[in-house]
Amino acid sequence: MMMAPVVSGRVAGFGTVLVCALLCAASLSVGVSDLSVADGAEALDTLLISRLPRTLAAILVGAGLAIAGLVMQTLARNRFVDPGIGGTEQSAAFGILLVTLLWPTASILEKMAVATLTAIVGTAIFLLLVRRLPPTQPFLMPLFGLIYGGVIAAGVTFIAWQTDLLQYLDIWMNGDFSGILRGRYELLWLAAALVALSWWCADALTVASLGKEVSVGLGLDYERMVQAGLAVVALLSAMTVVVVGMIPFVGLIVPNLVSRLRGDNLRGSLPWVALGGAALTLGCDVLGRLLRHPYEIPIGTILGVVGAALALWLLAGRHERG
Amino acid sequence: MSAVERRVWLAAGLALLCVVLHMAVGLRGNLAFVLELRALKLLALVQVAVAVAVATVLLQTVTGNRILTPSIMGLDALYLLGQTAMVFLLGGLGFAGIDPRLKFLSALLAMVGIAAAVFLPILRRQLSLYRMLLTGALLGILFRSLTSLLARLIDPNDFAVLQGASYANFSAVRGDLLVVGCVLTVTGTLTAWRLRHALDVVALGPAAATALGIDWSRQITAILALVAMLVAVSTALVGPVVFLGLVVVALAERLTGTQRHAVLLPTAALIAVAVLVGGQTLLQHGLGGAGALGVVVEFVGGLLFLFLLATERRR
Repeated sequence: MMMAPVVSGRVAGFGTVLVCALLCAASLSVGVSDLSVADGAEALDTLLISRLPRTLAAILVGAGLAIAGLVMQTLARNRFVDPGIGGTEQSAAFGILLVTLLWPTASILEKMAVATLTAIVGTAIFLLLVRRLPPTQPFLMPLFGLIYGGVIAAGVTFIAWQTDLLQYLDIWMNGDFSGILRGRYELLWLAAALVALSWWCADALTVASLGKEVSVGLGLDYERMVQAGLAVVALLSAMTVVVVGMIPFVGLIVPNLVSRLRGDNLRGSLPWVALGGAALTLGCDVLGRLLRHPYEIPIGTILGVVGAALALWLLAGRHERG
Repeated sequence: MSAVERRVWLAAGLALLCVVLHMAVGLRGNLAFVLELRALKLLALVQVAVAVAVATVLLQTVTGNRILTPSIMGLDALYLLGQTAMVFLLGGLGFAGIDPRLKFLSALLAMVGIAAAVFLPILRRQLSLYRMLLTGALLGILFRSLTSLLARLIDPNDFAVLQGASYANFSAVRGDLLVVGCVLTVTGTLTAWRLRHALDVVALGPAAATALGIDWSRQITAILALVAMLVAVSTALVGPVVFLGLVVVALAERLTGTQRHAVLLPTAALIAVAVLVGGQTLLQHGLGGAGALGVVVEFVGGLLFLFLLATERRR
């Protein structure tokens, strides 16, 4: 599992920070209204009410999802799972659907609470089921996860179909930052807290990635670690699905790329995973705004293409094991 | 009559029963009109059932893998991608101006071309079972995302031409493609039937099949083209069906207890007819949710797939 960094930390770090800064600037300046011709007060309003919240939301969601992917990969001990592959996001969507049906007046926090609960249940079932799969087949688990998520999504679609909620469903199933305004994204700051939390227990996570026997032998309360990790993954996913909708592949791709460049010591690589997630999400959001300017393409669609292509590339470069 | 033959006849009887029920249950009003409508729908359903079953059997044989369906490898998404790409290139008006049969055939050609370019190298590389499945699943996601990306790039008006393609819908079948679909399904099924003994050999894997005198790469290219054609028919008629093939082939194998294609091909096709026609009749007259058959089949099929994945041991 352990690999030494292949790129000097300083070069990679500097590059990622630079890319992030450039993307932030791009995200602040790209949009329908042209900031350079609008007069000062109006431009400032556009910036503060729409552009800045949107940029921050993309950064927070991207960082959060990348960390969620990393934690999930650690818990499942497989590099090829993430909250979208493993049913977490789909279970969260199921929770939101339930709330919408049974408790239509619920606030966004209450929605998120229910979505988190269903996400925990869905992910826990996935983790329990994959323990039975043969560990010598690294590609079986992601495959299982993809179909598991697909089955939950089919169930959600069926219920939405029967209750005439298909239109709503699309909002949660395909992530989109275009609805983000000041006052509608603040929940996402929770992601920053969770990223900090995961950095704080990075060493414990590294140990947990060695498996139950080894980590118990090294003095780690493995079961509690798994429960805490599960809660973090579920919270991050539920938050994302509630506020912007499902965003695929970030949690899969970023940790894999970072581990290629920086190795598997989580304390060292965690900041880069968060930063990389932010950069990927922000970049795809900007791309979605530019591709068919002045219209927008949801980030869920853009990341579906970019992410699937990158995932295929990662898969092709991976050596056969077992 | 041998035991296996009896089982095949059992499947045939079941399929026939479902067909009769579909035509006869709840008849009222203008008989000629109702019967014509039902017969057209029946024709479409039977075509889809046969096409999906045969395509799944063929793909599973080529890949030596009993838990695969064409849709898991993204083949149906490829058809939709071809359609969307045509609208993107020609514009909605240009697209709508073309004869639907011509559209269908050109989307089919594009699909067979891309399928050959993408999947033949994968099949040639002899990847392990799960790696191939995962690659196929990711390709499927890629094709589907590309389709929706292209759909976003074209005019909303143009998009209306394409609409209704993301869920399988067995209630509103495309009448204009019935004839060309029929020709292709019959040709494809007959070709598969003629190849049935060769298929038994192909199922042994590349090394054994080559040793027994099969021209491996020519044979799998032909079979893959056949699969692509059949998937195009079913996708064009009702939309994507992911797990139906998996369910019916698994049932056919359990029922007959053999993997000989002379038995497997007809039994799988008959069971598919029974499931589709029977399920549609049941949902339409019994449960009042005719539109939902696609979702129900996907749900049950997905669970079956998970079960097969969890229990399958590597050959």
